[in-house]
Formats: sequence, structure tokens, C-alpha cells
Amino acid sequence: MDLIQYIDLVFTDYTLRTITLGTAVLGAICGMLGSFAVLRKQSLLGDAISHAALPGIAIAFLIIETKNSSVFLLGALISGLIGTFWIRGITRKTHLKSDTALGLILSLFFGFGMLLLTYIQKMPNANQAGLESYLFGQAATLLESDVWLMAIVTGISLIILLLFWKELKILLFDADYTKTLGFNTKFLDILITTFIVIAIVLGLQTVGVVLMSAMLLAPAAAARQWTNNLAVMVILAAIFGAFSGVLGTAISASNNNLSTGPVIVLVAGVFVLFSFIFSPGRGLLFREIRFRKNRSDLELHKTLSFMYNIAKTHEDTTHPHAIKILNNFQGFTRKSLQKLEDKDYVKINGNMWSMTASGYHTAANLYDQLIKEENE
Amino acid sequence: MSNAQIEIQLIASMVAIACAIPGTFLVLRKMALITDAISHSILPGIVIGFFITHDLSSPLLIILAAASGVLTVVLVEFIQKTGLVKEDTAIGLVFPALFSIGIILISKNANDVHLDVDAVLLGELAFAPFDRLTIGGVDIGPKSLWIIGTILLITITLLFAFFKELKVSTFDAGLASALGLSPVVMHYGLMTISSITTVGAFDAVGAILVIALMIAPAATAYLLTNDLKKMLLLSVIFGVSSAIIGYWSAHALDTSISGSMTTILGLIFLFVYLFAPNKGLFSVLYRQKQQRIEVSLLTFLLHLGNHNDDESERHVKHLNEHINWQKVKAKSVLDLALKNNMITIEKDIIFLTEKGKNFTKEAIDYILTNKNSEIEHMKDRFFLFRG
Repeated sequence: MDLIQYIDLVFTDYTLRTITLGTAVLGAICGMLGSFAVLRKQSLLGDAISHAALPGIAIAFLIIETKNSSVFLLGALISGLIGTFWIRGITRKTHLKSDTALGLILSLFFGFGMLLLTYIQKMPNANQAGLESYLFGQAATLLESDVWLMAIVTGISLIILLLFWKELKILLFDADYTKTLGFNTKFLDILITTFIVIAIVLGLQTVGVVLMSAMLLAPAAAARQWTNNLAVMVILAAIFGAFSGVLGTAISASNNNLSTGPVIVLVAGVFVLFSFIFSPGRGLLFREIRFRKNRSDLELHKTLSFMYNIAKTHEDTTHPHAIKILNNFQGFTRKSLQKLEDKDYVKINGNMWSMTASGYHTAANLYDQLIKEENE
Repeated sequence: MSNAQIEIQLIASMVAIACAIPGTFLVLRKMALITDAISHSILPGIVIGFFITHDLSSPLLIILAAASGVLTVVLVEFIQKTGLVKEDTAIGLVFPALFSIGIILISKNANDVHLDVDAVLLGELAFAPFDRLTIGGVDIGPKSLWIIGTILLITITLLFAFFKELKVSTFDAGLASALGLSPVVMHYGLMTISSITTVGAFDAVGAILVIALMIAPAATAYLLTNDLKKMLLLSVIFGVSSAIIGYWSAHALDTSISGSMTTILGLIFLFVYLFAPNKGLFSVLYRQKQQRIEVSLLTFLLHLGNHNDDESERHVKHLNEHINWQKVKAKSVLDLALKNNMITIEKDIIFLTEKGKNFTKEAIDYILTNKNSEIEHMKDRFFLFRG
């Protein structure tokens, strides 16, 4: 199926439209709130919470005994919040570190959830088929109402973010200062954590417990590489998230036997990889290029100053010297000599080189220049 | 108890011990979450191994899976070293990606192979006794018993052989490298053992229980002791008891064994978290309250000392207004001071006693010199009744 056909299908086919919209909205909200999680060094909170939500879903089913995704969401939200606050309690009140606390809550809650799930499976009303989909996610089970719910929650969290933008921003970068300014840091902390939990819970049905953390992290980690500005990062992360959702859905829809969740996560992973390598400011590629350029500049300077020291001994500084005498010098290569000539610092005549007046001047002021550049 | 039941409990207990040992070190090294990453990211290794051998318990599978576990660690460290993101983000990016690859591999080929994601994630201990290992036609016990037994043996041997090195490199990596013990070797050794244990255990109990068995017993033990040997011993005890209690509660409730083992671990942790003698929640809250009252008492006595000549400043009613304490708190501080013979009250005017004066004087000395040892000493010498 070609691209145009597919785009056409997205607008006509109900299921595909719902899933595409759903994953796009989900990606956007996750990217938006994930930015905060990443910057607050709470990246793995998402992983812990998504696992901790499982018993809530199971208990919700045990209480109402039918499949109802909004009640499940409520259960997941409650148990996710309990997990979050227990993690905070453990790290605040005991000497256990946050990694231990996260791992504990993650595995203990999930294990309890599995206990409940296996218990439910043995119950007579085998209506529980939907519960399994929360483990690995099934985007195909998304309904229009789910998408509406996601859109509404996204809207609310957007409003909250805009309302508390200044406060959240300052909390993010200097929590102590925020406190001395008289802001209620505890409230702000709980506010943003609660919204992160909500985003995670919303995503469970689509990408599942295990992969939810990547959904939260990947767009934000990718966006982080392109900017140092929080607002730009949040917007970029939302865009990356939405694109991962749409692209992931497209890829999994046009192939048989490809579950949507993992594909979305991998697409988001590709975004991250691309950003890691190609982002102009921080990316590995440009960093390597800068590194190489600096090194060759340095070698050039070394050669130039070596030549300068030789030329200095003559009264006539432009007196030619044999290239051979440079051979023992490490910074010297044919290429660097060529470059020096291009810059008109030296003149090469057969096997001899001689410094030009401008080369002599540059070499004499080499270190002054560096200092000047630093000051600029 | 039937034969199969004994075997299940034996496997579960051995898994618990094999996990508790590396788990203790991981918790102490603040790397608990790497187990989470490893247990998920061994999936592609297992799937690829399974496609090659079509046997869930072949050694190749374990090797490939352990290799993908170590690969996770290497990848995480590589990403971290680039400085582009923090360590936790690096972990959170790597393992879902590897796990996704695993799931896609399974779902792409699920039609012709029997490999269930559920089974990989959750394991099924109840079926472990049915997969027997036979040598020359003789049945020598369940396969997973042998696998986990071998891993356990290796772990224990390595633990005894390198206990000193592990201990030093865990608590003081700088000292370890100064002594010529390479912390890097210890680090990767521990990571390899954790990967192998995770792989070996998860065939029997599933990925999530492995995390629980590694972290929960060690974390619980860490709340009870600061001694490495005791911590190891305690975490082994917690692991094994949760395995056995978990098995029987699963038996009674007819649910998944790994789920109920985790739940028991959770209950044990919750209990210790609340009631541990020195580090439990209640004792921490109690201590914090005590310290608050002690500080208030000190403030109060200093206030009295400062206003030795001004009676109005020492009026009982004045406390509420001037030091800005609520009534209940003011009264409890006053009672405490009275009980300790620090003050006497005559006609609602408070006087410092001789003991109170000495105490205040020393307290000021302490505040000025700020030596921690002195204040502990002071509390004993003045026979302070605590709040």
C-alpha cells in the first residue's frame, strides 16, 4: 500500500483514524510531561508507576466485574499515585536510595498485580480478556471515547502547565531558590508528579505497562538535544511524541503481526538516536567534527610556532629553510604545510620553505591571539 | 507434600538465594534499577537463541540472553558517557528499545514458534518440575533445578573468593583502585553474574519476580543492619522465606506462584519499612518528633538564660506569645523541662535551676564549637528524659 492510499485510509477508516489520533495525542502529552520527568531526573519514575498501576486495574475489575476502561484508568491512577507517594516516602524517610525505592515499588506492585490477574483468570466470568492488553498494550482496543478522554486530559494539563509555567520552570532548575521565594514547592512537586502519573496511566492501554516509560522519556530525551530552552523543549518533545505515535501506527498497520506499542517505542528510539548523533549543538557527530577541527588547528599552530622559532634565528625572517628539518617535528605533515601555504603564512619553493611576513606576524602573536579570542 | 511440591520449593528457594546475593551488592551500589533493565532487555537474546535452538532451556539461550544483558549495561554506560542524558534516562531509553525488538521478533514469528511473551515475563514455576533432565535415560531432576543450582554454585564460589574485593570496591571505589583491585573488573563481573542469574532465574520465575527477588530482600535487610555479612544473610533468609510462604499461599489461593512470592516479599518489606527498630518509618518519625522537642527545649532554656533579670520575659503565658509556640507544644516543652529538673516555677514565673543553667551553658558551648560528639554526651550526663 503506498503512502497516499494510507493517508486516504487514515481519514476514512474509523479504527485506523481512532488509533492514529489516539497515539498522536498520547505521544504529545507524554512528550510534554516527559520533558519535566527527564529534567527532574525522574526518568524511571514512569517505569515504576506504569508497573505500579497494574494492581489498581485488577482491583477495579474485581470491584465492578466488567470491562470498563475509564474505571480501570481510575484504579490505575489511584494505585499509581500510591506507588509514587510510597517511593517518595521511602527515599525521604529511610536511607534507601531512589533506585532501590523505584525497583521495589515496580516489582512488588507488579507482582501483586500479577497475583490478582491470575486470580481473576480463574474466576468464572472470563470477561477479563481485556486485562491482558494492559501488559503489552493494544492500540487496536482504543475507542473514540478513549481518544476524547486523552484529548481532554491533554488540554487540562496544557492549561495547568501554562498557568504554573513560571513556578514549574523555576522549581525545575533551582528548587531551593523556589522555596526561599515563598512558593509552595510541595504543592508544585505533587502537581507535576500527579500529571506525569496521569499521562502514564493514559498510555497503558495503548503501549502497555512495560514500554510506557520509553514513551515518556524518548521524545523528551530527543528534544533535549536540540535546545536549551524549556518551552522549545516541551513543544519539540510533544511534536516528536506525536510523530512517533503516527509513524509507529502507520508502520504497524501496514505490516502484519506488528504490535503498535513496540513499533511506536522503536520509532521514538530512532528519533532519539538521530538527535544524539545529528543535533548541531550537542550531537555526537558535530562534537566529533569540532573536536577534529580543534585538533588540526592546534597542530597547525604547533607547526607554525616551530617554524617561527627556526625563522627567528635568522636576521631575514623570510630566509628559506629545508622542509627536511621539520620532519622530526610531530605536528608536521605535508597537509598541514599545504594548509599553512593556503593561508599565506609560508611560501614553499621546491624543498624549501620560507615564512612570509604575515606568517611571522601571526606566529609571533599566536598566543596573544588566543587570549584575544578568549576575551571576545 | 508431593515430590513435585518439594522440587518447586527447592527451585524457588535456590532462585531466591541466587538473586539475593548479587542483589545486595546492587542495592548498595545504587544500581538496583539495572536489574530492571537487564531483566527486560534479555528478551531479544532469548528470542534469537530460541529461533536458533528451538529449546527454551538450552545453554546457548542462556549465553545469548546474558550477553544481551551485558550489552544493555554497556549501552547504558556508553550513552551516559556521552553526557547527552543522565544515567536514569539512559537506562529508561535502552531497555524498552531492546524489549520492543524482542516483542517484535516474537510477534513476527509467533505463528510457527511456541514462545509466549507472558511466559517470558512471568514464568511458570508450577510447570518447572515437568521439564526433566535425563542423562543416559536416568531422571536426575528438573532442568531448572540444575540450571539454577549451577548458577547458585558459581555465585557462591565467586562471593567467597572475592568477598573482600567486592566489599572494598562497593564502599570505596577509590580505595579499591588504589589498592590495585580494579573496580571496573568487579563492576562488570557483578553485571555478568546479575545477567546470568536473571536469565537462569527467569526461566523459572519470570522477569518481574527476578527484579523483586534481587531488590526487595536486600532493601529489607538494609533497613535492619549496616553490616554487609548480616545484610547478605538476612536477605537470603527473607528471599527463602518468601519463596516458601509464597508457594503455599499460591497453593491455597490457586494463583501464580511468582505473583504470590512477590506479594509476600512486599508484605515483609512493608512490615520492616514501618517497624524496623532504627530506620523504620515509625521510629524515624518518632525520632524526628523527639529531636524537634529537644530543639524546642533548648531554645526555651536559652531564652530563659538570656532573660535572667527580666521576670516578664519568664512568665508562663509569655511562652505562647514570644517564642510563638502553640499552646500544646509550649506545655509539652514546659513539662519536659520541669520533669528534667531544668526549671522551677514560682507564681507562674519560671526560674532556671542549677542543672538548667549548666545545661544551657554547655549547649551554648556546643553551638559555638559545633562538635557533634559533645551533644550526645550531654544528653547522657544530664539524664534527659526524652520528649
